[in-house]
Amino acid sequence: MPVTDVHHDLDTRTLTITADFAAPVHRVWEVYADPRRLEQVWGPPTHPATFVDHELAPGGRMTYFMTSPEGERYYAYWTVTSVDEPRRFTFDDGFALDETFAPDTSMPVSHNTYDFTPTEAGTRATFVATYESAEGLEKVLAMGVVEGSSLAINQIDDLLAA
Amino acid sequence: MSSSDEDRADAWFRALADRTRRDILRRVLAGEHSVSALAQHHDMSFAAVQKHVAVLERAGLLSKRREGRKALASGDVEAVRSVGRMLTELEALWRGRISRIDELLATEDPTTDQTTAQKER
Repeated sequence: MPVTDVHHDLDTRTLTITADFAAPVHRVWEVYADPRRLEQVWGPPTHPATFVDHELAPGGRMTYFMTSPEGERYYAYWTVTSVDEPRRFTFDDGFALDETFAPDTSMPVSHNTYDFTPTEAGTRATFVATYESAEGLEKVLAMGVVEGSSLAINQIDDLLAA
Repeated sequence: MSSSDEDRADAWFRALADRTRRDILRRVLAGEHSVSALAQHHDMSFAAVQKHVAVLERAGLLSKRREGRKALASGDVEAVRSVGRMLTELEALWRGRISRIDELLATEDPTTDQTTAQKER
């Protein structure tokens, strides 16, 4: 498993995950810079993501939807807040109301920082996500229950295959 | 997600946002403590510790009972687990993404990728 460290901070409602990838920084960056690659990793296999707008630039907007096995679509967006290619970018991740991608202001927004540092073996990635409130975190998890459970199954598969 | 669940989550996070309370909770999770014993550990007045204990009790993380003149506090293991569970669920989501990135990087042909990267430059 590439994940090397996980840190939960209950006070600041922050999750920090560190992972080592066996590929150079520019290839890890490409996963985020190329919408077709990002689609392959963002949604779980049961809920594939489709990116509509994709602008990895300061102030840029990313919009996407995830499709459930029943064909239901869940809309969401990113507002890119800073980009330092290929080392780091930050963005706010929120839910959208519908296919217009108008932000759903009743839903929480998370602040995210993705960092990529070259290592001897490839790339060390640090992913940090912060929620402003406990309710925010609760809501996101409530929405992600389906996704979470299918991922749990994948993880078991990965463990068995390892 | 009912609003009472959200109120509870709020109370948990508020209760845990204080170092003294986290320390009290760790002690009472390990075993029942009297409030006066907790006060000694923290070099604090009985009244101050009692206030912290009350916050934890209201959040449902700790329960109190009386034995004679003593107030005894113990931690609610289930409630504490629920807070951690929220962040753990989120972690599962991320772990899935990371393993997909890892697979994508491993299955892509690096030579094709380099040509694409060069073209883009």
